[in-house]
Amino acid sequence: MTDASNTVLNDPALPTAVAARPASGPWQRSWRILKRDRATLLAAAVLILIILSSLAAPFYARYVSGTDPFRSNLSARITIDGKRTKVMQASTEGLGLGVTPIGPTWSAQYMLGADTQGRDVAARLLYGGRNSLLIAASSTAICLFFAAVVGISAGFFGGVVDKVLSRILDILWAFPVYLLAISLSIVFISQGIVIGPVEITGDSLLLPIFIIGIIYVPYVARPVRGRVLSLKESEFVLAARGLGIPAWRILVYDILPNVSTMLIVFVPLMMGLNIITESSLSFLSIGVQAPDASWGTIIQDGQTLLYTRPAVALAPGIAIVLTVLSLNVLGDSLRDALDPRTKLV
Amino acid sequence: MVFAVLQRIGQMIFVMFGISALVFLIFFATPGSDPAARLAGRNASPETVEAVRKEFGFDRPLPVQYAIMMKRLFITQDLTSFVNRGYKIVPAVASAAPVTLSLVAGAAILWLIGGVFVGVVAALTRDSWIDRGLMALALIGVSMPVYWLGEVMNLVTQSRFHDTWLFSWVPALGYKPLLVDPVGWFKTLIIPWFTLAVLYIGIYGRVLRANLVEAYQEDFIRTARAKGLSPARVMIRHALRTSLIPFVTMFGLDFGVLVGGAALLTEVVFSLNGVGRLTYQALLNLDLPMILGTVMYASFFVVLANALVDVVYVLIDPRVRAD
Repeated sequence: MTDASNTVLNDPALPTAVAARPASGPWQRSWRILKRDRATLLAAAVLILIILSSLAAPFYARYVSGTDPFRSNLSARITIDGKRTKVMQASTEGLGLGVTPIGPTWSAQYMLGADTQGRDVAARLLYGGRNSLLIAASSTAICLFFAAVVGISAGFFGGVVDKVLSRILDILWAFPVYLLAISLSIVFISQGIVIGPVEITGDSLLLPIFIIGIIYVPYVARPVRGRVLSLKESEFVLAARGLGIPAWRILVYDILPNVSTMLIVFVPLMMGLNIITESSLSFLSIGVQAPDASWGTIIQDGQTLLYTRPAVALAPGIAIVLTVLSLNVLGDSLRDALDPRTKLV
Repeated sequence: MVFAVLQRIGQMIFVMFGISALVFLIFFATPGSDPAARLAGRNASPETVEAVRKEFGFDRPLPVQYAIMMKRLFITQDLTSFVNRGYKIVPAVASAAPVTLSLVAGAAILWLIGGVFVGVVAALTRDSWIDRGLMALALIGVSMPVYWLGEVMNLVTQSRFHDTWLFSWVPALGYKPLLVDPVGWFKTLIIPWFTLAVLYIGIYGRVLRANLVEAYQEDFIRTARAKGLSPARVMIRHALRTSLIPFVTMFGLDFGVLVGGAALLTEVVFSLNGVGRLTYQALLNLDLPMILGTVMYASFFVVLANALVDVVYVLIDPRVRAD
């Protein structure tokens, strides 16, 4: 009898409960859900590829394209198929006056052609990616930090704090984001900003980072506040309060972990939104300032060349779409895995 | 009911005051720079800067400055540009508004139809390849910068395929007034309408699909199906009706924000002289009084639109009305 039951238990064909369910905390479970989804893995791979190639920009400019992508290069000549060619070619359209930059060569130099200044578009695309990603990531961090502070304080402390913060959020919420961004950008970019000993010039990357970081705070703070309010009424928090646990411990051990999943889900979604916002502001010439590049400024550079050399405007747009699409796919699957209730707006 | 409406109006006035105070602080009270020099524009002469200082009362206390700004914007409406001397700002905004309204209204019709179509088809064919394909397209639509899509549309319809039968009807960029040339108005706006609508078709399609999928798990849908109603009737009369309620709020907000200037990227790409393009040109010239004017009028419009949406919401949703 005991022998029989032992053989059943030791039968290797039977999966034991332990083997069937490896580490099973909430994080591990989420990670397993994420790992299974091919779209998520593809999106992550695309994103890593874009980040790595942006980081490689100086190497590309130095060893592959071989020209300085930040200086105009109107008299340059390059060799294609053994023939010397001017980068700025005589125009073949109209009266034949003026010059048109070289189109895509699909070789090391000027792979995607040149812009109106004779600069290598491919190299600028990589450098632009650095700025676009840097601004998007930093402004996402700023946005989530302030949104978390505002949302959690308003929700947790309630009373006057909540009233004041909610009224301020109401105002910002009603203020169309692009108009707020335009107002802030035009004022700061035209003269820079001086706060005490700190002086930020109008062409600093800090301005778009700060502006884009601030404008979306209400969009994240509102759902965070709502979540904290509902957590405050949840049974485990009531139980903790009943046990006489101090407020700060409840905040740190009960509220924060439950809000953190929500904030994590917001990271890729906000980053995608911020990349589009940054590129739009740069396209309107109130984001990244020359000679720095971002994907938005390159699209703006390409606007005058749209019908003759479309690659200049098309390439950075494709980069934006690929990046934002990957971020959105990641955001969607993170939400499904971590926190299905999270909704932006 | 009356009290609720009064409360909403009070809140609206508070938000309008808050926004105007914020705009005032941004334009006139930023630390470490001279607002008069900024308003006067690039390379303004010292006399102009001095005149601006007097005109806006920069030597007087902040509340007085605020009052002067509001008076010139809304009561006397005599705010003028310093970059284009004597160019009155309020009439310029008023004459640009119909262009923006034409653009946004047409796009709104497109995106409502498109969004409902995408959402309903995806929810009906849930987890099939049609659903996955539609959701993938919607996600791509959401991930595209609208101005870039506009440039691609221009490249295709104005240049590369303009001489083929497909797009030979597309007129040159620009706006034609509806009352002067209705056919031209329609033709010039089709491509911009579509461009502006793509993003919102994506958003609305995704939201509606999620709402419908949720609705199909509710008791009242089960009851409707158990009664033997046809699938079409269950979808249209029962599921869609409840799922469309959040749409009213979303639509009101999006429409307001777009008319209020968020359509500026589309206007810039398609050379439509609306409020957005006015703002854009002011940006290029660093014409701050003009931006002050467009921002203030546009955000007030948005606040009004939001208040209107709340009233409509109460009228259509019996659950809210009962409270």
